[in-house]
Amino acid sequence: MSDVLTHPTTRDEDWRYSDAEYLASTSSDELLHWTEWTVAPGEVKSEYVTLLSGPQARGTVQRTRVHVGKGGRLEVFATLAGGQYQRYELDVTLEEGAHFEFGGVTLGGDVKLQEFVTRVVHAEPNATSNQTVRAVQWGKATGNFLGRIEVVRDAQKTDAAQNFRALLLEKGASANAKPELEIFADDVKCAHGAAIGALDEQALFYLASRGLPPVEARKLMVRAFIADAFVEISDDAMRDQMLEGALAELDQGAL
Amino acid sequence: MLEITNLHAEIDGKKILKGLTLSVGAGEVHAIMGPNGAGKSTLAYVLGGRPGYEITEGSVTFAGQDLLAMDPHERAAAGFFLGFQYPVEIPGVSNVQFLREALNAQRKQRGEEPLTGGEFLKLAKEKAGLLKLDMDMLKRPVNVGFSGGEKKRNEMVQMGILDPKFAVLDETDSGLDIDALRVVGEGINAIMRDPAKGVLLITHYQRLLDYVQPDVVHVLAGGRIVKTGGPELALELEEQGYEAVA
Ligand SMILES: Nc1ncnc2c1ncn2[C@@H]1O[C@H](COP(=O)(O)OP(=O)(O)OP(=O)(O)O)[C@@H](O)[C@H]1O
Ligand SMILES: [Mg+2]
Repeated sequence: MSDVLTHPTTRDEDWRYSDAEYLASTSSDELLHWTEWTVAPGEVKSEYVTLLSGPQARGTVQRTRVHVGKGGRLEVFATLAGGQYQRYELDVTLEEGAHFEFGGVTLGGDVKLQEFVTRVVHAEPNATSNQTVRAVQWGKATGNFLGRIEVVRDAQKTDAAQNFRALLLEKGASANAKPELEIFADDVKCAHGAAIGALDEQALFYLASRGLPPVEARKLMVRAFIADAFVEISDDAMRDQMLEGALAELDQGAL
Repeated sequence: MLEITNLHAEIDGKKILKGLTLSVGAGEVHAIMGPNGAGKSTLAYVLGGRPGYEITEGSVTFAGQDLLAMDPHERAAAGFFLGFQYPVEIPGVSNVQFLREALNAQRKQRGEEPLTGGEFLKLAKEKAGLLKLDMDMLKRPVNVGFSGGEKKRNEMVQMGILDPKFAVLDETDSGLDIDALRVVGEGINAIMRDPAKGVLLITHYQRLLDYVQPDVVHVLAGGRIVKTGGPELALELEEQGYEAVA
């Protein structure tokens, strides 16, 4: 559960892939702090989060709890591309007919550890959620997605989807997916998928055969890969900004 | 303009090309026919520079350069084009976007100015029109959800846009309906019939050769050219089969 009341360690399920050294060196106040948002009934809240590789703390843990009122819509799009440890956590409760849209990208090399942790509670009927996470890692870096979906007893007609794909550009990189479904209603659609792979060599050769140099070809493929996480951004300029911002963090050496 | 000499190539330890020699001059169209598994696509891939093949013997010279020493994208910039038997689907990457980048990368390597977005679109429209491929298809992700025939026509639109000096077309005719076959045949002529260009057409059927008439026909079997003749050889093969002729 996201609600560890004591100082978290990697023995806690939700922190199992996290950075033990960072947890040990950081105060409980910082790790257990939650930012609270509410989305009023029928309202839309869109948030764009980018934690890039500029000068910053060794680790970042950001946790946000959101209550979405009836028919409301929460959209969060996030890129984690920096830190040695970066964790972005969302705990979302949906009232009747509310929607939660999440698109997340982790992107990093070295020994970076970047993770999204979400908990979505479908507390009333007809709420929907859609989460798409794409991880691009190289070096000895790791990208994780821990996604928990809870559907309470009366939350009929829930439609919850979760999709995670990781692209490992080098052999030492890794990714972990941990979907968890806890469903107490019977008329519910829950879809989740996870896949971990490398760039498609056939596609790279096809692009090269048309004249694209290898680095350009790989960049184009990575762009297409992470674009999945941002397709639901309705503002074209914002979508481009998120995409280009993430791509700029790609290490040429890894391509 | 393309000289293949005693080419030996293997993949995963399996010898596929076993001493293949072939020469295509400028202004010529050569056809290669041959039974399934003979090594036709292997030859096409080796010429295109696909990773995974080991060249154990022989040489390939293209317009005076050592083709095998170049990376695939350098071969493209030098004017070499490969039309795939099975064009690859690339989700999320749009045809026009990658083709413009590819063409401009080629131009850069040749020391030419890049095309602007407008100039490129005009060119793409013209070539799509030539091959009767809907412009909307060119905006879609590369080959994703294209029918077999649409993929082949897309290959030819790409060839039209990139305007190569030499094209190896691997079964570009398979999967095409009767009308599309004519459109593609005429397209190949329009793009590649030129005293300064050359074509190697890999095919199983005479039909395409009715439109794109070859100067020379080769039979490839067991990893080598076992017979070479004029256009009449293709007709003979169609009537009598490989066993009798080659
Ligand atoms: N990775 C591989 N490992 C081992 N053998 C391979 C590999 N790839 C291809 N081959 C073999 O190489 C041989 C030649 O294949 P190729 O695709 O070149 O034939 P082709 O002449 O193009 O046939 P078709 O007319 O059916 O297209 C075949 O026997 C094939 O099974
Ligand atoms: Mg073949």
